[in-house]
Amino acid sequence: MQFWIIQTLNSVAFGGLLFLLSSGFSLAFGLMRIPNLAHGGFFMLGAYLGATIVSVGGNFWVAVLGAGLGVGLIGILFERLILRRLAGNVQGQVLVTLGVSFIIADLCLMIWTGDPWTLPAPSELRPPIRLGGFAFPTFRLVVLGIALVVAAALYVLMDRTRLGAMIRAGVDDMEMARGVGIPVSLLFTVVFSLGALLAGLGGTLGAPMLNAYPGLDADMLPLALIVVILGGAGSLLGAFVGSFAVGFLYNFGIALFPDLAYFILFLPMVLVLVFRPQGLFGRVAS
Amino acid sequence: MASETLAIRDVDAYYGDSHVLHGIGFALQPGRLLGLLGRNGVGKTTCMATIMGFLRPRRGTISLFGENVAGLAPETIARKGICLVPQGRRVFRSLTVRENLMVAAQTRRDSAKPWSLDRVFALFPRLQERHAQMAGSLSGGEQQMLAIGRALMGNPRVLLMDEPSEGLAPQLVAEVGRTIAQLKAEGLSIVLVEQNIKLTLDLADDIVIVNTGVVVFTGTAAETKANDAAIAQHLGIF
Ligand SMILES: Nc1ncnc2c1ncn2[C@@H]1O[C@H](COP(=O)(O)OP(=O)(O)OP(=O)(O)O)[C@@H](O)[C@H]1O
Ligand SMILES: [Mg+2]
Repeated sequence: MQFWIIQTLNSVAFGGLLFLLSSGFSLAFGLMRIPNLAHGGFFMLGAYLGATIVSVGGNFWVAVLGAGLGVGLIGILFERLILRRLAGNVQGQVLVTLGVSFIIADLCLMIWTGDPWTLPAPSELRPPIRLGGFAFPTFRLVVLGIALVVAAALYVLMDRTRLGAMIRAGVDDMEMARGVGIPVSLLFTVVFSLGALLAGLGGTLGAPMLNAYPGLDADMLPLALIVVILGGAGSLLGAFVGSFAVGFLYNFGIALFPDLAYFILFLPMVLVLVFRPQGLFGRVAS
Repeated sequence: MASETLAIRDVDAYYGDSHVLHGIGFALQPGRLLGLLGRNGVGKTTCMATIMGFLRPRRGTISLFGENVAGLAPETIARKGICLVPQGRRVFRSLTVRENLMVAAQTRRDSAKPWSLDRVFALFPRLQERHAQMAGSLSGGEQQMLAIGRALMGNPRVLLMDEPSEGLAPQLVAEVGRTIAQLKAEGLSIVLVEQNIKLTLDLADDIVIVNTGVVVFTGTAAETKANDAAIAQHLGIF
């Protein structure tokens, strides 16, 4: 019983982390029509930045914020200085994100070396919460809570504001959105850097569970891709459902069928690609 | 020259290597309605796309009150006051009716009687009833009203309408016709692309007929009505 409860909790906590990783990734993918292949790098950079801030005596929450802002700033620069120059050249943009992901990986290796950096959860969150005879890892519950708050905030932004409606209009029909005067290039910067910021936050929040190590980027990027393919690019609800679905598949796959974990993870993605290529919550491209 | 609201001159446009517009040109005078006619696939939509900046002309000028806007970005052109009701309506399907209108709202200092949500709802009460509904779930006629309302929210100095009657039942075509007449009566300058020749001849002041990317006839609506030969030759009916 303890096994199932703990695995379930781990799955939802990991799902929350995946939502931080992939919600912005999905929105940017839906709007700009390109997968940002450096997104895993953004997450890893967030983990290293957070671990570094804590290692020089910073508070954990300051580290989370600092990593988010730092990576968000990198996102703004990347979009404004590089992606923008390749506007209209989708292939070039995708290749550039791949190139930047390699650059980030190499820089991290250079700065933080090949040894993993650990980042302990804040001390006040280390003792488990006991409920009904079961011990729940407090930190994971907090990560889940933060993800839910971020989800609610993104929902309000996307569904209740004019900016959000403009972003959705751009996802629906980019050309027509421009034709009614929506400043899409500004939206690109906002959405892209928001995604980077959330990945940066997520990297630090995830570090107590995952550590910061070379290859973290390449471990996380496929998960974000699966979430987006399952949920549909540009769909916030899709990213939400997809994140938790992948959280469960990943945790239970590894715990129950370690040899088949990747099969279990990728099979639903393949099925969705074959039978519903726009994703479960995505729209049919017009 | 600058008295013309919109003047297209010698415009060439391509899709990749395929040359679609061959030196097209026409002028819209203030407060008038110009009907742009032509058979299927002659380049009418391409012409609208080029004016709107969706497609960059390789040659020629597109001037709005004397200012060349050829080659500008669509969002810039839209903000200068060219608003499009596109062929196929292209409403933002996953936005509500109200959101479709709100995202297109633009203020312009020189508009005497600016368009607002309330004014669009007064023009199309049906849209008000459905204001919270997803645009993708509207009927064809309602989507057409929404596409028109969305263009009006931009406070157009020039309104481009690309086949607004396409695919609508006859009574809805008549309704769209009445709406266009009303907008014209308010002094809006309009380019109306249509396959419905009768509707166009009833509404238009001036007619331009396009054939395979070139203008083959220009005249007033009255002259066009009297010129069966031009109509038969270029539009293939009557
Ligand atoms: N996106 C595109 N890429 C390549 N060729 C295109 C594209 N859109 C249109 N064309 C071609 O350009 C030509 C003009 O098309 P356009 O849509 O402008 O015609 P139209 O006069 O609006 O026709 P209709 O009355 O059917 O709407 C056609 O031969 C068409 O096949
Ligand atoms: Mg057309």
